[in-house]
Amino acid sequence: MTIEVDVSKRLGKFELDLSFASSGKVTALFGPSGAGKTSAVNLIAGLARPDTGRIAVGGTVLVDTSKRIFVPRHRRRVGYVFQDARLFPHLTVRQNLLYGRWFSRQRSHSVEFDDIVAMLGVGHLLARRPGGLSGGERQRVAIGRALLSNPALLLLDEPLASLDDARKAEIMPYLERLRDETRVPIVHVSHSVGEVARLADYLVVLSAGRAAAAGPLDELLPRLGALGGFERHETGSVVDAVVEHDGGEDGLSRLASPLGSIRVAGSAGRVGRPVRVRIRARDVLVATQRPDGLSALNILAGVVAEIGNGHGPSIDVRVECNGVSIAARITRHSGAALDLKVGKPVFAVVKGVALEPGGPSLS
Amino acid sequence: MDWMQLSGEEWQAVRLSIKVAFWAMVWSLPLGIAIALLLARGQFWGKALLNGLVHLPLVLPPVVTGYLLLLTFGTRGPIGAFLAEHFGLVFAFRWTGAALACAIMGFPLMVRAIRLSIEAIDRRIEDAAGTLGANAAWVFLTVTLPLSVPGIIAGMILSFAKAMGEFGATITFVSNIPGETQTLPSAIYTFTQVPGGDLGALRLTLVSVVISMTALLLSEWMAQRANRRLHAP
Repeated sequence: MTIEVDVSKRLGKFELDLSFASSGKVTALFGPSGAGKTSAVNLIAGLARPDTGRIAVGGTVLVDTSKRIFVPRHRRRVGYVFQDARLFPHLTVRQNLLYGRWFSRQRSHSVEFDDIVAMLGVGHLLARRPGGLSGGERQRVAIGRALLSNPALLLLDEPLASLDDARKAEIMPYLERLRDETRVPIVHVSHSVGEVARLADYLVVLSAGRAAAAGPLDELLPRLGALGGFERHETGSVVDAVVEHDGGEDGLSRLASPLGSIRVAGSAGRVGRPVRVRIRARDVLVATQRPDGLSALNILAGVVAEIGNGHGPSIDVRVECNGVSIAARITRHSGAALDLKVGKPVFAVVKGVALEPGGPSLS
Repeated sequence: MDWMQLSGEEWQAVRLSIKVAFWAMVWSLPLGIAIALLLARGQFWGKALLNGLVHLPLVLPPVVTGYLLLLTFGTRGPIGAFLAEHFGLVFAFRWTGAALACAIMGFPLMVRAIRLSIEAIDRRIEDAAGTLGANAAWVFLTVTLPLSVPGIIAGMILSFAKAMGEFGATITFVSNIPGETQTLPSAIYTFTQVPGGDLGALRLTLVSVVISMTALLLSEWMAQRANRRLHAP
C-alpha cells in the first residue's frame, strides 16, 4: 500500500510544503517540534484542508485540489491515534472501542474485537470509563478504537509523547505488535530517534514544514546528523536481527544479523525473536587494522562509504559492512590521523554493553 | 393543622401550575437546544441580533412580553388567528397560552445553560469521532448531545422553575381564570386582593416554596449524577 502526499498549506506564518511517497509498513514522520508533523497528519486525516495538493492512500484519492476532490473525514477510513488519546469520556472503554466499528459495520471485518483487546491488553478495562485510566492505558484504548474502525491507514501522532519513560516502555511492545500483527499501514509521527529506529521502515525527515529527506530507514538513519536540526548524538544505524542465543551464564546474548553475529549485553528474549538493534554513531570506533586485546565484543569488517563534513571537531563516517551502513562518529583529528578515505577497508568496533536489543532507551 | 388543608380550588391552581410549567419546559427544549447550538457554534450574519432576541424576555418588563404575546398570539393577532383557523390551536385565555408565556419567559435561561455546556465541550473529541466514521449528525447525537447533558438538565430545571413563578406575562396574556389560567402566583395574588385571604396565600406560598426547592434539589442531584457519569473511573 502506497501513501502519496504532495501538499502545501499556509498556517499563519508557517508554511507546510510536504511531498513524499512511501510504501513502507511503518512510515515515520520525523522531526523536531514545530516542523509540521501534526499539521501533516491532520491533512491526511481530513481534519484540515490543504491549500493545494494531493493525498492518496493505496491508490484511493483522499484530496486532490486540482480535481476538487475532498473526501470528508468520516469517509476516509483513516484511523487516528491522537497525542492526547481523546477518548469519549461518557462512554465505557468497551463502547469507546466499538464506536468506530458501528459506523463501519457494513464493511467486511478483517479485525476481530477479541483479538485487538488481547493484543493491546485492555480486557480488564472494558467496563471502566476513560476518566480513571492511566495515560498508558488510555493510549492503548485509543489505538484499539482506531484499529476497530477498520481503517485503511493508521495515523499515530506521537502516541508516547505525553507519557513518562516507564509508560513509554510499557506501550512500545504494543506498537511493535501492532506493526507485526496487523496489515494496516501506519504513519507514525515522532521526534524521538529511538522510537523511529525501533518501529519504522520508511523515514520522512521534516524540517520547518518541508521534507528534508525521505527514504528507507536503514539508508537514512546513518545520515541524520548531516540533515541538521536534530540532536546530533542521536545519529546512528539500525540492524534487523534474530535472537540466536539468549543471555546465558555470562549474561551475553547473540544475535544473527546481516553483519554476522552480534553480541549484546543482557537478555534478548526467546531464541528466534526478531529484534532491531540500534547502534549509535558515538558508540562506534573505527580501526584500520583488526584490533587485538580489546574489550569490545563486536568487530565488523567493512569499507568507508562516506565521510561527512560534520560539525566542529567531529565527523560522521559511514562504514559499509556486508551491505549494512554503520555510522561512526569520530574526531576530525582521528579521521586525518587514520587517513580515512572513501573505499578504504576498516573495522567498525562496537561495545556489547552499548547495544540493547530492541533499541536503547526511548527518551 | 386544619389550616394546612388545601381547598379544591387551591389544589386546582397547584396542579395547573405544574402542568403549565412541565409543558412549557418540554416544548421549549428542542428549540432551546437548537438555538443554543446555533449560538455556541454558528458563524452567521445576525448572530448578535438572535442572541439579543432570545435574551429579550429577561430584560423586558414581563407585562410587555405578555402584551406582545396578546398582540401576536391573541385570537385576532396574526399568528394566533392563523393557528386557530388552520390547526384549531388557541392560546388566548387558555392554559396553553399560559404555557407559551412561561416557555418564552424561561427560554433565555434554558438557552444560556445549554449554550455554556456546549461551549465547554472539547471539539477535538468531536474530531476524533469524525475520523472514526461518524458524520456531523452522528457526532452531534453520540458526542455533543451526551456531553452537554448536565447543561440540558440545568436548563430544563431553570425553565421549569421560572415557569412555576411566572406571573406578569401570564396574567397579561391569558388573564386569571380559575381552573384554566389561574396558576400558583395568580392564585396567591388573588388571595392577597380579598379580605380574609391571608391564610390561603400562606398555604400556597408554602406549596410554592416546597415545589421550587424540590426542583432545585432534583436538578442538583441529576447534574451530579450526569457529571459523575462523565468523569467516572
